[in-house]
Amino acid sequence: MPLSLAIVVVALPLLMFLFLGLVGVKMGRKITGVIGVLAMLVDTVLAYGVALTYFFGSGQGQVVDGVRQAVVVANPAWLSFTDTLVVRMGVLVDPIAAMMLVVITTVSLMVHLYSLGYMSDHDGNAEKGFQRYYAFLALFTFSMLGLVVATNIFQIFVFFEMVGLSSYLLIGFYYSTPAANHANKKAFIVTRLADLFFLLGIMILSYYTGTFDFDKLVFGPTMSGSLETAQSAISTAGGATFMGCSVMAWALTFIFIGGAGKSAMYPLHIWLPDAMEGPTPVSALIHAATMVVAGVFLVARLFPLYVLVQGAMNIILVVGAFTAFYAAAIACTQSDIKRALAFSTISQIAFMMTSLAVSSNQNALIEIHEGYGLGYMASMFHLFTHAMFKALLFLCAGAIIHAVHSNENSKMHGLHKYMPITSICFFIGCLAIAGIPPFAGFWSKDEILVAAYQRGLGWGIWMSMVAGMTAFYMFRIYYLIFFWKKHEVHDEHHKPKDQPWTMTLPLIILAAISCVAGFVPFHDLVTWDGKALHTALDMKVAGTSVVIALLGIALATVMYYKENKLPERMANAMRGLWTASYKRFYMDELYQFITHKVIFQGICVPIAWFDRHIIDGFMNLMADATNSLSFGIRRMQSGSIQAYVYVYLLGALLLGVITMICVIF
Amino acid sequence: MMDYSQFLLMPQEIGLLLVFLLVFIYDTFMPERSQRYMPIFSVIMMALYTIYCFCFPAGVGEAFGGMFESNAPTWVMKNILNVGVVLVLLQAVKWTNNDFVSVRRGEFYELILLTLLGMFLMISARHFLLFVIGLETASLPIAALAAFEKRYYESHEAAAKYIFTAIFSSAIFLLGISFVYGMSGSLYFKDIATTLIGNRSALLIASLAFVIAGVGFKLSLVPFHQWTADVYQGAPTAVTSYLSVISKGAAAFSFLVILVQVFGSAYSQVWEWMLYAIIVLTITIGNLFAIRQRNLKRFLAFSSISQAGYIMLGIIAVNVMGMSSMIYYVLVYIFSNLAAFGVIAAIERQTGKVTMDDYNGLFKTNPWLAFTMMLAMFSLGGIPPFAGFFSKFFIFVGACHQGTVAIYILVLIALINTIISLYYYLLVVKAMFLRQDDCVIPTIKSHWTERTGLILCTLGIIFIGLISCIYAYINGTVDAIGAMFAAIQ
Repeated sequence: MPLSLAIVVVALPLLMFLFLGLVGVKMGRKITGVIGVLAMLVDTVLAYGVALTYFFGSGQGQVVDGVRQAVVVANPAWLSFTDTLVVRMGVLVDPIAAMMLVVITTVSLMVHLYSLGYMSDHDGNAEKGFQRYYAFLALFTFSMLGLVVATNIFQIFVFFEMVGLSSYLLIGFYYSTPAANHANKKAFIVTRLADLFFLLGIMILSYYTGTFDFDKLVFGPTMSGSLETAQSAISTAGGATFMGCSVMAWALTFIFIGGAGKSAMYPLHIWLPDAMEGPTPVSALIHAATMVVAGVFLVARLFPLYVLVQGAMNIILVVGAFTAFYAAAIACTQSDIKRALAFSTISQIAFMMTSLAVSSNQNALIEIHEGYGLGYMASMFHLFTHAMFKALLFLCAGAIIHAVHSNENSKMHGLHKYMPITSICFFIGCLAIAGIPPFAGFWSKDEILVAAYQRGLGWGIWMSMVAGMTAFYMFRIYYLIFFWKKHEVHDEHHKPKDQPWTMTLPLIILAAISCVAGFVPFHDLVTWDGKALHTALDMKVAGTSVVIALLGIALATVMYYKENKLPERMANAMRGLWTASYKRFYMDELYQFITHKVIFQGICVPIAWFDRHIIDGFMNLMADATNSLSFGIRRMQSGSIQAYVYVYLLGALLLGVITMICVIF
Repeated sequence: MMDYSQFLLMPQEIGLLLVFLLVFIYDTFMPERSQRYMPIFSVIMMALYTIYCFCFPAGVGEAFGGMFESNAPTWVMKNILNVGVVLVLLQAVKWTNNDFVSVRRGEFYELILLTLLGMFLMISARHFLLFVIGLETASLPIAALAAFEKRYYESHEAAAKYIFTAIFSSAIFLLGISFVYGMSGSLYFKDIATTLIGNRSALLIASLAFVIAGVGFKLSLVPFHQWTADVYQGAPTAVTSYLSVISKGAAAFSFLVILVQVFGSAYSQVWEWMLYAIIVLTITIGNLFAIRQRNLKRFLAFSSISQAGYIMLGIIAVNVMGMSSMIYYVLVYIFSNLAAFGVIAAIERQTGKVTMDDYNGLFKTNPWLAFTMMLAMFSLGGIPPFAGFFSKFFIFVGACHQGTVAIYILVLIALINTIISLYYYLLVVKAMFLRQDDCVIPTIKSHWTERTGLILCTLGIIFIGLISCIYAYINGTVDAIGAMFAAIQ
C-alpha cells in the first residue's frame, strides 16, 4: 500500500464532515450514523495499511542504515508571504505520525460505532442533533489527523486550533444545558490562552531559525543527523538572549505552554474535568485518547530541539511530575466517575510528559548513550496504550451512565450483577492502567519508570508512588461502581442492563487491545532518532512497580469492596486534606478569584469605563453630529427639477471657479 | 478600399449588435403565443454571448484611425458589464411577463441592449465624437425605460426628471468639449493630450469642470446627483438596478480613460483637487441622506451615490493598482447591489412593499431572501469576509499608493464614512432579523429566474473576494497599459 494514501486518510473525514453536515441533515438520523461509521471503518483500514507499510514494508528510502526515515508524502505551498516565508500544508509520515494515525482512527472508529447506541434512547431512537454529532466527530477526526501529519509547525498550529474548535463544539453538544455551555467556554478560553503562548513561541522560533518546516528544524538528511540539524537551527538563533535566557529556551517554553493547555498540565488543567459535560463517547475520543495528548505529541515532534535546551526540559519535568501527583491525589476522592477518570487522564498524560522530559540529559550534547532515547520511546508507548485502555474505561463509564442516568457513584454500587460484560471490560481497563502484567499499561509504565530512575533516584521514587496511587484510585472507582453494596433498583421495569451490541462490541475490542497492546515492539519502531532501541525488562523496577500496584489494589479492596465504615473514618481523620482533594485543591476557586477579583476589577473595569465613556462617547458624538447634519440638509433634496438644475449648474461653475482661483492666483 | 480587419477589434460590439438583432427579430416576427418566452430567449442569448466573449479575448489595437481602441482592460470591463446585464435581465424576466408590461417587453430588452452598446462605445472611444455618440446612446433610451410602468405617476416623473437633467448635462459636457477643441484643434484623445501639456489656462479648467460635470451626472456624483433619488424611486426596479450598476460602472470606466488620457497633464493641482472635493462631498452627502431614507429604493439610490465616491478613489489614485481596484470594485458592486435589488424586486412584484418598515421580521417568513439581503448589505458595507470588504480594501490601498498626505486624509475620511454607512446598512439587517411586526410580509414564492439571479449574486458576494486570482488577473491586464499612468507622475 503506497504511503501517499495517508492523504486519503486525512481527507476522508473532512469529506464526511462536509457530507454529513450539508446533506446529512436532510437524511434520516440512523442512516447518517451508519454512513459515518462505514466511512470511519474505511479510514481505519487505510490508516492501518499506511502504518503497516511504513513500519514493515520495504519501500524505498524508508530505512537507511538502520535508521527509519521521515517520509514527506505531499507538501504544497499554502500561503507564500515572501520567497522564504512560506506556509505549507503537507502530509508527513514518520514513526510517531504513523503511530498516531493508528491510535486516532482506532479510537475514533470505536467511538463512532459506540455512539450509534449511546446517542439513542432506550427504545433505540436516535437523539436530536444526531447528524450534527456525527458531522462534528468527523471534523474532529480530520483536525486531529491533520495535526499529526503536519509537515511544519504552522500547520500544527492551524490544526491545533481546529481541534480546539471541534472539542468546543462537541463539549457543548447539549447546548441547551447551561453546564455544557459553561464547560465549552471554559475549555475554549483556557486552551486559547495557552495557544497564544504557542503562537508566540512559533513566532520567536521561526524568526530566529527562518523556517517553519520540520525537515529543516528537526529532521536532517538522515534522521541520525537530526541532532546536528537542530543544533544548526539553534545556532542560527545565535547567542540571542532575553531576560537572561536564550531565546530558544523562551520559544520552546512558550510552545510547551501551548501544549500544556491542550494536554491539561497544571495549572492549565482546569478545563478538562468540566469538559466531561459533553457526551461520554466524546470524552473518550477527545478528552482521553487523542486531543489531550496533542501537547505530548507537540513536545515529541520538537524533541530534537528540546533535548538541546535544558532549561525548557526542566520546566516540563517539574510540571509533569507535579501534575501527575496532583491529579492522582484528586482522583482518589472524586465521586463523579467521569471527573475521576478525567483526573486520572491528567495524571497519565503527565506521566508521558515526565517521561519525555527525563530523557534529556546534561550530557546530551557530548554523547548519545544507549538509554538516552528511552524516555521518548516510553512516552510514545504509554500514549499508545493509554489511548486504548482509557478509551475503554470511558466507554464503560458511558455504558454505566447510560444505564443509571447519573454520573455519581452513589447512584451506582453493585452493578456487577446487572452489567457483567461492562464490569469485566472495566476490570481489564483498571488492570491495564494499574500496571499489572501482562496488560498494556504495565509495559509502557515500566519503561517510563526505568527512564525516570535513570534520570535520578528521586524522580523514580516519585513516579512509582504516583503509579501506586493510580492503582488505588482506579480500583476505588471500580469497586464503588460494581460492588460496595447491593444496587437499589427503583423501577423494576428499567433495571440496569448491559448495552446493545453497538456499544458492547467496541468495549470488547478495546479490552482485547488493552490485553495485547503491550507486546507491540515499540522500541524497534518508534524512537526519536529512528534507530531501533535495545531494551530489556529491568526486573528490579518491574518487580517494585508490580508490588506497589498490588499494594494499591489491596488497599482499595480493603476499603471499598464491601460497604464498611473505613473510608468514612479515613476521611474524618484527614478531614482537611480530604476536603481539599475533593474540592480539587481549590484551583477553580483560585481562578475565579484571580479572574473575577483581580483581572476583572483591576483591568477590565477601567477598560470598560474607558470604552463606555471615552470611546462610546466619541462615537455618540459623531453619531449625533451626523444625525443632526443629515436632518439639517434634508431640504437640499426638494424634488423640484428646477432646483436640481440650479444646483447642478452652480456646482459645475463653483468647481471651475474655485479651482481657477487656486491654480491661477 | 476599407480595411475590414479592424472590425475584428470589436467582437464584443458586433456580438452585442447581433444579440440585439436576434431579440428584435424574435420580438417582431415570432407569433403571439411564443412571445412569452422572449425574455428567456434574450437572457439565454445574452448569457451565451457573454460566455463567448469571455472565452475569446478581443484583439489589442486601434481601429478607424484611432477613434476606437481595444485592449485587455477594455475587454475585461465590457465582460464585467455583460455579466451584470445578464443578471439584470434574468431578474426582470418575471416582471416583464406581467399583464401591464408584457405588451412592451420587447422594447425593454432591446433598449437595454442598445444602451449597453452605447456604453461599450464610451469605454473604447478615443475620440470625443464617438464618445458623445456612445454617451447619448447610453442615456436617452433610459428615459424611455424609466417611464416603462406607464400606469404609475412616479414612473413618468422619473422619466421626465431624468431626461431633463440628462439633456442639461449633455449640454454642459458638450460646452466643455468645445472649449477643449478650441484649445487643441482636435477631438482625438491623443492629440488633445499632447497639446494640453503644461496648460493651466482658465479655459482648460473651465472645460475640465464641465467635462467632470457631464460625466458626473451619469455617475451621480455630488453635486450632480439630485436626479438620482427620484429616478431610482420612480423607475421600475429592473431599470433602477440597471441604472445603478451597469450605467454607473460604464461611466466610471470611461471617466478614468478621459481624465487620465486626455487631461493627464492637468492632474496635479487641477483635477486632482476637483475630484478630491467631489469625492468628499459625494461620500459624505450620500451617506447623510441615506440615513434618513425609509423607502428602500431611495435608500439604495443614496447608498449608490456614496459608493460612486469610493469608485472615484480608484481614479484619483492614478496608478495601476487604483485602476485595477476600481474595475474590481465595480465587479463586486454589481453583484452586491444586484442582490439587494433582486430581493427588493421580488418582494415588490408580489406585495408592492418597498419601505424598510415593511421588511420588519422578514427573516421569519422569507429566510432566504432575508439572508441574501443581509449578505448584500454586509458586502456593500464592507464587512469581511465578503467581497465588498476586499474591494474597499484594494481601493484604499490603491489610493494610498499615490502617496501624498492629502490622499491619506482622503482615505481616512472615506474610512470614517464607511463606519457611518455601516449604520444604515445594518438598519436593514436589523429590520429583517430583529424587529417584530404584526403585518409581516407573507412567505413569497419567488420565480426561478429571480432565484437563479439571486443565487448567482450570493455566490459572487461570497467567492469573488476569497478567490484571490480574480483581482490578480485584473491587475495583470491593467499592467499591460500601465504606461499611460507614467505620463502623469
